[in-house]
Amino acid sequence: MYAVEMVNIVKRFPGVLANDHVTLRVKKGSIHAIVGENGAGKSTLMNQLYGLYHPDEGEIFIDGKKVVIKGPRDAIKEGIGMVHQHFMLVDTLTVAENVVLGSEPKKGLNFDLKRARKEVMELSEKYGLTVDVDAKVEDISVGMQQRVEIIKTLYRGANIIILDEPTAVLTPQEVEELFAIMRKLKSDGKTILFISHKLHEVMEISDRVTVMRLGKVTGELETSQTNPKEIARYMVGRDVVLTVTKEFHEPKDTVFEVKNLVVKDNRGLVAVNDVSFEVKRGEIVGIAGVAGNGQTELVEAITGLRKIESGHMYFEGKDVTGFTPRQLREQGMAHIPEDRLKHGLIKEFEAYYNVILGGHYKTLFTNGPFLNHNKIFEYTKQLMEEFDVRPRRIEHLGGNFSGGNQQKLVVGREINTNPKFLVVAQPTRGLDVGAIEFIHKQILKMRERDVGILLISMELEEIFSLSDRILVMYEGEIMGEVRPEETTVEEVGMMMTGHRLEEARRG
Amino acid sequence: MRIVEAIFLVFINPLFYKIALTAATPLIFASLGGVYSEITGVVNIALEGIMLLGAFTSVVFTWLTGNVWIGVLMAVVSGVALAWLHAWGSIKWAGNQVVLGTALILIAQGITGFLMEPIFGKPGQTDFVGKVEEIKIPGIAEIPFIGKVIGEISPFVYMAFAAVAFSWWLIYKTNLGLRMRSVGENPEAADTLGINVYGIRYFGVLMSGVWAGLAGAYLSVGEVGLFKELMSGGRGFIALAAMILGKYNPVGALLASLLFGASTAFANQMQSSSLIHVSDTVKPLFDMIPFILTIIVVAGFVGKSRPPKADGVPYEKGA
Amino acid sequence: MNKKVMAILVPVISVLIALAISTIVIILIGKNPIDAYSALIRGSFGSKQAIADTVIKTTPLILTGLAVGFGFRAGVFNIGAEGQMVMGALIAATFASNFGSLPPLIAIPLTMLIAMLVGAGYAAIAGFLKAKTGAHEVVTTIMLNSIAGNFASYMVNGPLKVSSGTPKSPEIADSAQLPVLMKVGAIEMSAGIIIAIIAAIIMYILLNKSTAGYEIKAVGFNPYAAEYGGISVSKNVVLAMAISGALAGLAGATELMGVHHRFLGELSGGKGFDGISIALIGQNNPIGIIFAAFLIGSLRTGSNEMQFIGVPKHMVMIIQGIVIFLVAADRIVRTILIRKRVAK
Repeated sequence: MYAVEMVNIVKRFPGVLANDHVTLRVKKGSIHAIVGENGAGKSTLMNQLYGLYHPDEGEIFIDGKKVVIKGPRDAIKEGIGMVHQHFMLVDTLTVAENVVLGSEPKKGLNFDLKRARKEVMELSEKYGLTVDVDAKVEDISVGMQQRVEIIKTLYRGANIIILDEPTAVLTPQEVEELFAIMRKLKSDGKTILFISHKLHEVMEISDRVTVMRLGKVTGELETSQTNPKEIARYMVGRDVVLTVTKEFHEPKDTVFEVKNLVVKDNRGLVAVNDVSFEVKRGEIVGIAGVAGNGQTELVEAITGLRKIESGHMYFEGKDVTGFTPRQLREQGMAHIPEDRLKHGLIKEFEAYYNVILGGHYKTLFTNGPFLNHNKIFEYTKQLMEEFDVRPRRIEHLGGNFSGGNQQKLVVGREINTNPKFLVVAQPTRGLDVGAIEFIHKQILKMRERDVGILLISMELEEIFSLSDRILVMYEGEIMGEVRPEETTVEEVGMMMTGHRLEEARRG
Repeated sequence: MRIVEAIFLVFINPLFYKIALTAATPLIFASLGGVYSEITGVVNIALEGIMLLGAFTSVVFTWLTGNVWIGVLMAVVSGVALAWLHAWGSIKWAGNQVVLGTALILIAQGITGFLMEPIFGKPGQTDFVGKVEEIKIPGIAEIPFIGKVIGEISPFVYMAFAAVAFSWWLIYKTNLGLRMRSVGENPEAADTLGINVYGIRYFGVLMSGVWAGLAGAYLSVGEVGLFKELMSGGRGFIALAAMILGKYNPVGALLASLLFGASTAFANQMQSSSLIHVSDTVKPLFDMIPFILTIIVVAGFVGKSRPPKADGVPYEKGA
Repeated sequence: MNKKVMAILVPVISVLIALAISTIVIILIGKNPIDAYSALIRGSFGSKQAIADTVIKTTPLILTGLAVGFGFRAGVFNIGAEGQMVMGALIAATFASNFGSLPPLIAIPLTMLIAMLVGAGYAAIAGFLKAKTGAHEVVTTIMLNSIAGNFASYMVNGPLKVSSGTPKSPEIADSAQLPVLMKVGAIEMSAGIIIAIIAAIIMYILLNKSTAGYEIKAVGFNPYAAEYGGISVSKNVVLAMAISGALAGLAGATELMGVHHRFLGELSGGKGFDGISIALIGQNNPIGIIFAAFLIGSLRTGSNEMQFIGVPKHMVMIIQGIVIFLVAADRIVRTILIRKRVAK
């Protein structure tokens, strides 16, 4: 008996065939993983099941009955719930209000807050999903936000729960907790669709796996009868080296240092609290941590985008506290930002204007007060060639490149400034394996050229494979410093949830 | 020290408080309109135009029917009509909401000016067509001081306070209010829960037409009984400032409107103070006070008043 | 469809739709639209005087259009061109009435400079408040317009008052008046139009060829990325407002020095607001703005003639409002265009 059958689903977007005759069958009461690279069409497929998109062709059956899902309301009626990769929560409302939103209990003409709170507390207890019903969503942790999302689906009586990349934002320990909840839901008869690209998680939790690549299903496997290597081959279409090889490289003297840095977030709360560290030439220092623990504010402070409340920054021994982004760039700092569409690129600018951003006023690109377009065009052509940016059209608009090529433009631009110190934040977010490999190689090449590198990433694998030293951040503080070869994922995970190194070592 | 004495006299004069209330009334209505629109995520600077059109329509229909309340009703209808245009352009077609608002102000100014001659036979200003009488409340009218403030006052003042109470209840105590707030903060989240984002936003914008239309009706048939070209005189923008100062909350908007009303009353009373001689020449300088206050408020409080996160951002499904 | 073709087609079709709607309105009030439009065209192009008048009306509109359009490029919406124009002209008039002893070669540029500096400074208040406190420039510039209006009313009724009749300032010195290019009957067309066109060309070069223009556009498109790229957003917001205000001030100067020769109430007369529709029709492109200003200028001139046959000149405001609406929600026109093409 199948809980979900999606048969020959075709979904087209302008210029892209996102789902190409995809068929998916999910057994009732099972945990079914859907894996694939970014852009393989997993989320598109799930969004059609949840009614956010409508298939151009194909049919959907729920519990063997043919259904047409016109919108989320229909999906909810069919017992489908979805936890999106980016949480769908209203920050300014409370947990209870968020859970009941759209299906609110009523008392006369009024919203019945009392009943809403009671029902949320009951669900929370029944499934061990600990939440604070009266807290505003903006004040609770990412882990709790996810639990709120799961309660939202249960409140609506969901029997089929879609979890879209649920582990991306969690610590290793929180992932274990999530898996325990998933097992509990399964034993309660719920069907779970688990979208992921982390193969060891898929191996641990799922019963069956559907592999997608470039909009098509490339494999249908029983988890117990397969292995990560096989799944990876279906995902990428070739054998992949899953780990980066990193040569030994002796770090030199210190290029960048922060001492007792304190930074506030947009709401005026302390986000970075008394942080000190140094980065040497030819060394990669990784900062691990769950999203929202002050990494973003730290990077913005270091690169001059955010005001420093107290503490100091030194560049080659010189005090650069309070320098503007331009002054820091002139010292020899470069920055690959975490959000390439917000900070990294100007979507409306042509490629040639994007690759000069930051250095646009330098004689290399100017002629007195005017831009020297000939020189700029020439420079852009070379850069696009060197970093293999496609399409190779210098007048292509920044927003019209694919994610991977946008990132190559940004990486190329920053590396081409010949920095002494490079800040790299989430360099491979949302990229496919090929682009990830390319970017990792570029970062390691910079290390060999004795550039000091600060790497901030939510991907523990990335941190472990690239860093020479790892700092773990939790609620704005550094919990400890470890070397990747001397630590374990569990130990770092402990620190990511607020245990200092000594405690984590003690276990 | 005559000036200090003059200021003191203004503050102990019940007339000052009465003028403050009546000057605040259109701002209360219009800033409520702003609250409805903006908490659902649509910036509405067209308030100025909606008020103007409302003021005009109420005069036209009062003149045609001889009944001011029909005039008031038609002001609401015309306000909703103009607000609908704003909703259509900004919700359905995802246009730039600030620019659309500007267009609607211009259209309202154009229409009202254009129709003056065909309807009333002369440009500039209409004749007196009738106005909503002040109501005298026995019991209150006899109380010293307070009686002189609210004992005999336009029913619009009471309506404005009632509208604030109603709005507070609607926005913070009902399911609809919860949905309105969710749609302005995170429309995508609301959409995934089956909430009709476009429908709720239309509701918010159309309601802003109701309130701003009433504000306009007050300006003409509520206060002076006639229509003058451009008589909204920037109050729509002052109302926006009151909405910001009031942190997008009906009660806050009420208090902020009262502050602006008081500034107008203050300027007005100082101009006619017998203690300091204010010549006609200097009067325009006093008229600047509410405008300067608005700038100070917008500059001083905007950082502390957080707009809904999706305010001004068109929602596009599946984008 | 090609992006550049769209950029021209959208405003053109918006204007046509607006004219169609106003035709209906004219019919509704019982007038003959053909009579109305022929009066409109007669009023703006029917004679040498009419053409000269149209050029005179176009001159300040090019400048206010540039003012608003330049602001848009930097991501600021300057609704305050009206007030900046008033302040620029008012202060320039105050000084220029005493410039009798200066030769024109000094008096003319000096008067223009004063108007531009005052306009720039007045607009920079809004820019500064936006950069420092986040106060929305739409609200602050509107308030500054009202303040400027009150201040001007105080000045012409008080310190600057001359004789009786309409409140106005004294006449500026002859040497501060712009030379007359062409005299048609009673109408004197000054060199203002040349100044306006030169300003448009300078703006074009500034925006498309200079490093400063690159920075301003970067801030307008994506302030976060600009800041990241070492471009100060607050500095550029203030700078963009100041340049925008300088252009509005210059518009005041051409009116003062080329048309009225003194400050009076109707000197600005909504030209700052016209700048908004002109910038939008011209798609914020300095050359497009020249054409858009000419369009609105001829509508304004012709509307007086239209008024004589009983169609109030407010018609032009309605037309402008509809055009702004359609350009702001440009998907309406784009959808019509795409459907047409598919139908073919």
